[in-house]
Amino acid sequence: MNTETITAKVKETITTTRISGSEAVVRSLIAEGVDILYGYPGGAIMPVYDELYKFQDEIQHVLTRHEQGATHSAQGYARISGKVGVAIATSGPGATNLITGIADAQIDSTPMVCITGQVGSHLLGTDAFQETDVISISTPVTKWNHQITKASEIPEVLAKAFYIAKSGRPGPVLIDITKDAQFEELDFTYKKCESIRSYKPVPETSNESLYAAAKLINEAKKPLVVWGQGVILGAAETEFKAVIEKAGLPSAWTILGASAIETNHPLNVGMVGMHGNYAPNVLTNECDLLIAIGMRFDDRVTGNLETYAKQAKVVHFEIDPAEVDKNVKTDVAVLGNSKETLKALLPLLNKNRHEEWHQKFKDLYKIELEKVINNDLYPVKEGLTMGEVVKEINKQSGGKAAIVSDVGQHQMIACRYAEFNETKSNITSGGLGTMGFALPAAIGAKMAAPNREVVAIIGDGGYQMTIQELGTIFQTKVPVKIVVLNNDFLGMVRQWQQLFFDKRYASTEIQNPDFVAIAKGYSINAKKVTKREELAAAVEEMMQCKEAYFLEVSVEKEANVFPMIPTGASVSDIRLS
Amino acid sequence: MEKEKQLYTVTVYTENNIGLLNRVSAIFQRRHINIESINISVSEIDGVSRFTILINVSEEQMKKIIGQIEKQVEVIKAYYHTDDDTIYQESCLFKVKSDLLFEERQIQNIIKESNSRIVTVNKEFFVIEKSGRKNEIELLYRELKPFGIMQFVRAGRIAVTKEPMEISKMLEAFN
Repeated sequence: MNTETITAKVKETITTTRISGSEAVVRSLIAEGVDILYGYPGGAIMPVYDELYKFQDEIQHVLTRHEQGATHSAQGYARISGKVGVAIATSGPGATNLITGIADAQIDSTPMVCITGQVGSHLLGTDAFQETDVISISTPVTKWNHQITKASEIPEVLAKAFYIAKSGRPGPVLIDITKDAQFEELDFTYKKCESIRSYKPVPETSNESLYAAAKLINEAKKPLVVWGQGVILGAAETEFKAVIEKAGLPSAWTILGASAIETNHPLNVGMVGMHGNYAPNVLTNECDLLIAIGMRFDDRVTGNLETYAKQAKVVHFEIDPAEVDKNVKTDVAVLGNSKETLKALLPLLNKNRHEEWHQKFKDLYKIELEKVINNDLYPVKEGLTMGEVVKEINKQSGGKAAIVSDVGQHQMIACRYAEFNETKSNITSGGLGTMGFALPAAIGAKMAAPNREVVAIIGDGGYQMTIQELGTIFQTKVPVKIVVLNNDFLGMVRQWQQLFFDKRYASTEIQNPDFVAIAKGYSINAKKVTKREELAAAVEEMMQCKEAYFLEVSVEKEANVFPMIPTGASVSDIRLS
Repeated sequence: MEKEKQLYTVTVYTENNIGLLNRVSAIFQRRHINIESINISVSEIDGVSRFTILINVSEEQMKKIIGQIEKQVEVIKAYYHTDDDTIYQESCLFKVKSDLLFEERQIQNIIKESNSRIVTVNKEFFVIEKSGRKNEIELLYRELKPFGIMQFVRAGRIAVTKEPMEISKMLEAFN
């Protein structure tokens, strides 16, 4: 490079532009590669919306019908793409409406940046109109948050926000910007954040821990892998598959780990946890080595900790040191990013097959097949089951759909029976169990991955928690497929009432509206199915439809999800009926 | 089974940012742990704050809490120590009626023997300052109580560790 070009380059990089804080917000988002954001305007965020109007060719704003919908859409966007989802709202109620989605993103490690407007800085603390202390409210449910009161802070703080949201163990970040900071001018330059001195996103991996883990895996006679979302978040699907295939490790998944490898992979032994598969739950208490990869031993996974895998040694591959020994004491913790640690582990492993041990999984699967799965998927009784609907969706999508589920019975059924052949295909609210998640999350997922088929599977209860997002579908024409499995009950709570509260169905029976009429009110194609013989044709019509489609399926009213580990029971005491 | 609890001094080095106190205290609050005392001050490093938090928990709980504190973005490093690992002090102020100083000779002896000192004396009241261990302060409190204490305040524990902490090195490594 000659001197002239160097000078020009330097000039180019140091050139600043005098712009408003609100324009700086939008330019910062564009600099971070944000193409879509979800939100709802209001007084304290109006200057930013004014800029979004000007920049609409470069960045698309999707108007949701409620701020909670904006966060779940941003989550759906993030979960299917691996990119940071962005939600924006005004101060006060706009900001508080974001909290559920933020809490959901925090517990499910979803990268998200939320921007809220705030009253003018001279009004802070005065109970001004639409003032809430959203920084205090969001502190326990954000990975980081920050209030901006000066325009000059905007580029640097937003750069930090995106860096923190997506690095290490991802999570939600909230940035609150006072209205005067949005109006104020600044000299704008944008530099991406690459490090923060007090923040170490990925801990160092010790070679000793890798050797120790490899030794335990090589010596194990009955190893069991339980993997979680860490495999997906670390983009370690290939490395993970190579490890389990080389060492012949039977591998089970947590709800958020689903789809990291294909459902029908011979080493995939199913889901662990409360409504997981029989074999991996029972054999958790028989394995001699439990290899946890990117998972956090949630209580829904472990059941009673006092009787969880006590006979086994435990190896934990984990990016977040605070998760190690939090719930289950480990013998070897391998800290670091799953992609790196699994890559380094591979050459240390011996080839193995563990055939006898695998046979045990197959034998127990047979029991589950006879006692549970066949009844779910090939029912002979009159009422439609949730399982056969999921099976039909698998069939007609060729197992290629991304499944966005809500929370409850249908979620467990969807996760148990959906067929996954591509990673990041199971989008659901795992840790927080947020009813109302699926509809807006499906919107975000479809927008982030327009070439993928996105099917939301939702219960009649959760559907009505964010049903207003049909308006977002109507306005954006996003072609999501919505399947409501309607049993006219809050099914999972009803199941618990049946099993543990002597069938006292307190407030779980729902009187539902005409869902088809509601969908049609939003000009969404809609159909209702009540009989088995109508199901296949209806699912086919839905899958063939190029537009958004709503399908309501009336399913058996009082069906239960099994297997089930009752609260406080051991994983090996899982019930089949 | 209740694991054996003991007193721990938690030391947290942080960036000096608004809201961080909320973020750190929330970690104790969500586990329903009472903070015995808390002190936040500057540290030996410019721009770095130092939290000194006293809590009564089991060691197992302590380790989990440290992990959750350390993962906060603006926390540089967190440690926990037992009383044996630290040199620690607490300090307090007593406000007492001035008459007593002259009428009750015993008060002067108490001040002398307890190694406390008089900060100020005026017509109405005088103020005694005492630094030391909690039990020394409690003893002084009990001794002064019969004479009437107008006001009493005790500051949170401050502590330095016997072992080095090497935060500066950690920060240098970053730069």
